[in-house]
Amino acid sequence: MNRRTLLASAAIGLGLSMTGAAFAQDKLKVGFIYVGPIGDGGWTFQHNEGRLALEAEYGDRIETVYQESVPEGADAERVLTQMALGGADIIFTTSFGYMDATNAVAAKFPNVKFEHATGFKREHPNVATYNARFYEGRAVMGTIGGRMTKSNKIGYIGSFPIPEVIQGINASYIHAKKVNPDVTMSVVWAYTWFDPAKEADAAKALIEQGVDVILAHTDSTAPLAEAAKTPGVIGFGQASDMISYAPSPRVSSIIDNWAPYYIERVGMLLDGTWESTDAWEGIGGGEVKIGEITDAVPAEVKAEAEALAASIADGSYHPFTGPLNKQDGSAWLAEGETADDATLAGMNFYVEGITGDIPK
Amino acid sequence: MMLGGINPAVLIASLMVAAVPIILAAIGELVVEKAGVLNLGVEGMMIMGAICGFAAAVATGSPLMGFVGGALGGAALSVIFALLTQFLMANQVATGLALTLFGLGLSSLIGQGYVGIKPPPTARLDLGPLSDIPVLGTILFRHDVMVYVSVAAVAVVWAVLRYTRTGLVLRAVGENHDAAHALGYHVIRIRFLAILFGGAMAGLGGAYLSLIRVPQWTDGITAGAGWIALAIVVFASWKPWRVLLGAYLFGGIAVLQLNLQAAGARIPVEYLSMSPYLITILVLVIMSADKSRAAAAAPAALGKNFHASR
Repeated sequence: MNRRTLLASAAIGLGLSMTGAAFAQDKLKVGFIYVGPIGDGGWTFQHNEGRLALEAEYGDRIETVYQESVPEGADAERVLTQMALGGADIIFTTSFGYMDATNAVAAKFPNVKFEHATGFKREHPNVATYNARFYEGRAVMGTIGGRMTKSNKIGYIGSFPIPEVIQGINASYIHAKKVNPDVTMSVVWAYTWFDPAKEADAAKALIEQGVDVILAHTDSTAPLAEAAKTPGVIGFGQASDMISYAPSPRVSSIIDNWAPYYIERVGMLLDGTWESTDAWEGIGGGEVKIGEITDAVPAEVKAEAEALAASIADGSYHPFTGPLNKQDGSAWLAEGETADDATLAGMNFYVEGITGDIPK
Repeated sequence: MMLGGINPAVLIASLMVAAVPIILAAIGELVVEKAGVLNLGVEGMMIMGAICGFAAAVATGSPLMGFVGGALGGAALSVIFALLTQFLMANQVATGLALTLFGLGLSSLIGQGYVGIKPPPTARLDLGPLSDIPVLGTILFRHDVMVYVSVAAVAVVWAVLRYTRTGLVLRAVGENHDAAHALGYHVIRIRFLAILFGGAMAGLGGAYLSLIRVPQWTDGITAGAGWIALAIVVFASWKPWRVLLGAYLFGGIAVLQLNLQAAGARIPVEYLSMSPYLITILVLVIMSADKSRAAAAAPAALGKNFHASR
């Protein structure tokens, strides 16, 4: 195929998708951009569940489109532009790395609404952001991990050094340390959201270092599959319940529940009440759920974890409550003081006691 | 013995495991390219092998059947490539890329019902007292059978290419298909078989990922391993043992950097993360630095279609 035929067929393809949009104009078109495949069993799977819930809720009034495995960066801008040209009325971009692309494309399509997950930039009136307080779930996982570890070594597989991940590392460390003062935490950065082989290798490296509790902040179930190979090692479902690895290694999980948010926001767009907001709900708001704690966990630890989750849910306890120092020993939160959302949203430091540097 | 909190014996054992999918796919692609065909569909064939192998293993309960299924899945996808490029004279680069996209999509479709299922476990090869030798036992004698198969595959491909008539004919087809045709060899048939072999090996590599290394099915499980395999063939200047070296370097450094991080080494993570790519390329490029020989290494007819009418 030479270049001209390639261009011609691309033009025809674009033309076809445009006519498709013209026919569907009476329906609200909702677009989703996913960072991984919907079959990842974790992060993207949950966003897709949210999309399906939308279809179930609004039926014929809306139409959804999605694009899987869109790389973060320049490619995302191309895919977003294409989706906006294709007639989407609202587009959910579901990974931190789409932040700049989302804002750049939003500038070009003022009539299209954009919703960016886990980011903090809202440069245009048609951009909203939404996030979930995963760190609340991490606090519960940290408590279970701190109680369950026999080697006193907890491992954390980080994806990218962004605030959302650092919140998770800090929250799990603080709460593990609280119940088990001897705990140390090893962090491995995978520099990917989704690469099952690499995630498995990272888990394996941690286990070889004596870690027996693995927290993963990547998207697939591979770390659990790796943990399953070594008796005594436990892990947690991340983003999705990952119940097929229960009762062990998966002893509990953090479940992202996006459906209520998607239904609410698309409903607002249908009513004409949509406006740019920054949503950040946690366990209390139902966006973060704690998956069933299995029998591999002793009853008293389970009760302790559930009590912690309940106190976070009703607002009586904040996972970042002072006294807390930063890694370098400088004071961060005084006794009884809680972290404000702005600091959390831009979190770029470890709390005192975690070794290693955050990659810049 | 520990170095910086890392046990070298365990590390070497892990790197041998980490490199298996890349070795298998790369050695298959090496044969394909030696026959003068550039198949960029390795990623697609790997992932087809991963899902077909997984499905076969789950259906039969036998990991061995899983690997057979994986090889068949990879080979089946490569048949499409072979038909398009060898009989319909399609452009090899475009067809290969299309094959990757097709394989990724098709595997995802087939895999719909397999998410969250665990495959039957593959037992480690029981080598009896050999496994108990200190250090050496950990490194060499505690693996699953596929680790040994991957090394054996490299040895066999090397020996066949170098010492047998079959290997000579294959290389002749890859160097100058017109001459080979004039001598009476069936260029298309030989290439067809080479492509099938490449597909089967890529499929085996994919099946290793889904059955042993990760043990589960997830969409996009290969996550670029096929492209690494392709790159290693080129950087290894089409030499089988260098493919093994390249794959071990890549796998080894990938594992080492994760271990260094887990052990809390004070090296910036950015450098650690890029090191597998950087060091593998550097070492192999330096080894192939002799320009006159490097140019001779690439099969002369690589990527060119053959038609007997000329």
